[in-house]
Amino acid sequence: MVTEPLRTLLEIEPEAPIIGPGHDYASVTDKVSAIVLTNKTPKGWFVGLAIAFALVMTLMAAVGYLFITGIGIWGNQIPVAWAFDITNFVWWIGIGHAGTLISAILLLLRQKWRQSINRFAEAMTLFAVACAGIFPLIHVGRPWLAYWLFPIPNTMGVWPQFRSPLMWDVFAVSTYATVSLLFWFVGLIPDLATLRDRAKNRAAQIIYGMLAMGWRGSAVHWHRYETASLLLAGLATPLVVSVHTVVSFDFAVSIIPGWHTTIFPPYFVAGAIYSGFAMVMTLGIPVRRFYHLEDFITMRHLENMAKVLLATGLIVAYGYGMEIFSAFYTGEKFETYMVMNRLHGPYAPAYWALILCNIIIPQFLWIKRLRTNIPVLFVISLIINVGMWLERFVIIVTSLHRDFMPSSWGMFRPTQWDFATYFGTIGLFLMLFFLFIRFLPLISIFEMRQLVASENERAVRSH
Amino acid sequence: MAQIFHRSTNALAQLSIYGAAFVLAGLGYALYTMSRSPLMTDANIAQRQPVPFSHRHHVGELGIDCRYCHTSVEESSFAGIPPTATCMSCHSQIWQNSPMLEPVRASYRENKSIHWVRVNALPDFVYFNHSIHVNKGVGCTTCHGPVADMPLTWRANSLQMEWCLECHRQPEKYVRPRDKVFSTDYKPPANQLELGGKLVAEYKIQKLTDCSTCHR
Repeated sequence: MVTEPLRTLLEIEPEAPIIGPGHDYASVTDKVSAIVLTNKTPKGWFVGLAIAFALVMTLMAAVGYLFITGIGIWGNQIPVAWAFDITNFVWWIGIGHAGTLISAILLLLRQKWRQSINRFAEAMTLFAVACAGIFPLIHVGRPWLAYWLFPIPNTMGVWPQFRSPLMWDVFAVSTYATVSLLFWFVGLIPDLATLRDRAKNRAAQIIYGMLAMGWRGSAVHWHRYETASLLLAGLATPLVVSVHTVVSFDFAVSIIPGWHTTIFPPYFVAGAIYSGFAMVMTLGIPVRRFYHLEDFITMRHLENMAKVLLATGLIVAYGYGMEIFSAFYTGEKFETYMVMNRLHGPYAPAYWALILCNIIIPQFLWIKRLRTNIPVLFVISLIINVGMWLERFVIIVTSLHRDFMPSSWGMFRPTQWDFATYFGTIGLFLMLFFLFIRFLPLISIFEMRQLVASENERAVRSH
Repeated sequence: MAQIFHRSTNALAQLSIYGAAFVLAGLGYALYTMSRSPLMTDANIAQRQPVPFSHRHHVGELGIDCRYCHTSVEESSFAGIPPTATCMSCHSQIWQNSPMLEPVRASYRENKSIHWVRVNALPDFVYFNHSIHVNKGVGCTTCHGPVADMPLTWRANSLQMEWCLECHRQPEKYVRPRDKVFSTDYKPPANQLELGGKLVAEYKIQKLTDCSTCHR
């Protein structure tokens, strides 16, 4: 008896395509490179950039006033010495994680659907890390002494405190920024060469030409490229897990009730990927529509990301559950009070809002009809972004504002400068993103060509 | 398609990568040197004063003890800047008509302090106490340098934290017998480490290097 080849079994339920029909090498290259090389910048782009730029100016004003005056302009006050600044730091760093996950882990796992979203997800990582980096820097109060954080020869004759998790943060985040930048840039080189070759404008030819570093697409070049990107993917993979683990140590290593728990590292990593994928969706859906990229960022991509959201959202929900469980399981007065205070205290609305945003609403993603409905996805992704910000706010502020001694309790109330700085970094993030989509290919052109090749092969095989 | 770059750009690109290593190293060296230079620390720069007071003349040539003017150095955190009355204890008798000393006499007449320019200033967030150092065998000249040879006073050391720590980590390298603390021509003996070790034990000198020793 002749057994049927396995392939036909897969063909019974064919996977949804990850690239629209009828594309060849030329059409994908034209489509993506035209966004950059066009002489007619869409008006919508200018409007978006202007709004983002206005927010950046707000950030400049807020930070300028901060440097002149000091962090007293924020609502931070003992016992709540960490508030919006660290909340925003953790939020931004978390958002970056999806880019690294998509570009490194999904590359190693040979997930082809990553190929059209990895480029802008990686860019998002870089911009999110840039926004994140601002907060610890301005939080220290004397940013011109921030170099004290680095173990470099100095006139003080001391090293930084290596036992402090804040020090580990410096290493984690700077490594993350470096590896992400290198990975992104290496991935850009073949596309920069495409832009160099297609550019009509002399200045564009020179700039893209310099950035392309002499890429000619020879077999040797491709071989080196593959080796380098695999190595960088290998380097970036542990970072997906390690960076937010270290960030969680900022809290877990202390003895504050609500911070001092061993579940923090995995719970933070899941939260990071959760918020990151939500942000990829928040950025991807409008870009896809605005530039008519539905053939490249297909429904399959959005659905896969929705599934990742669902999975990581459940891990995060488990984290919330375990936080409450272990607090009561210890039977410790301060831990149980901390939980009761989160649930019923002055910041309870923030807690319940985060439960609604992060646990309840994303459950709609179980339903395929909603999961494939683009406006619904967009709204849910925004809600998750808000929810993840609230999560960090609740963890930081509710734990700090009432610790062991009622005599040292206090309240945190954000000021207008807290909000100006936060929204300012959103503006910075968006401005960088707008510049990115205008001047660099937001989808990897050569990887789309590879995709066309493999899709054609599949089509030939199945006939 | 025409070439965008000339052939020579290849060499230029390689050269710039190679050169970057040297530029970065040079920049690092420049920063390292600059941060310790008198430009940053004010060390070895004689300060202009309202009256050109010479330690060389008063200490080196006349042999006045440090404590004649800096009276509180043994009991207080602050060594003390002498009031004009201290100057006048001699200058009411000698050089009483010198035009150079007119600001001193004016200060005395009008009961207004002379605004000396501070030479040795530590940052505000450093706690420093003269008396403990003096009583544990740290000589004046160890920190303040050859004061007896200074026509106008200058800061003899950088006063940077690494300089403080040099002694706090290894006091035996610098301490001297208590009766030599105010000696301006004291030279450390050849067996300084041996003597220093003995003095550290005898004076019960602790190697205080906790942050909170100075940053309270």
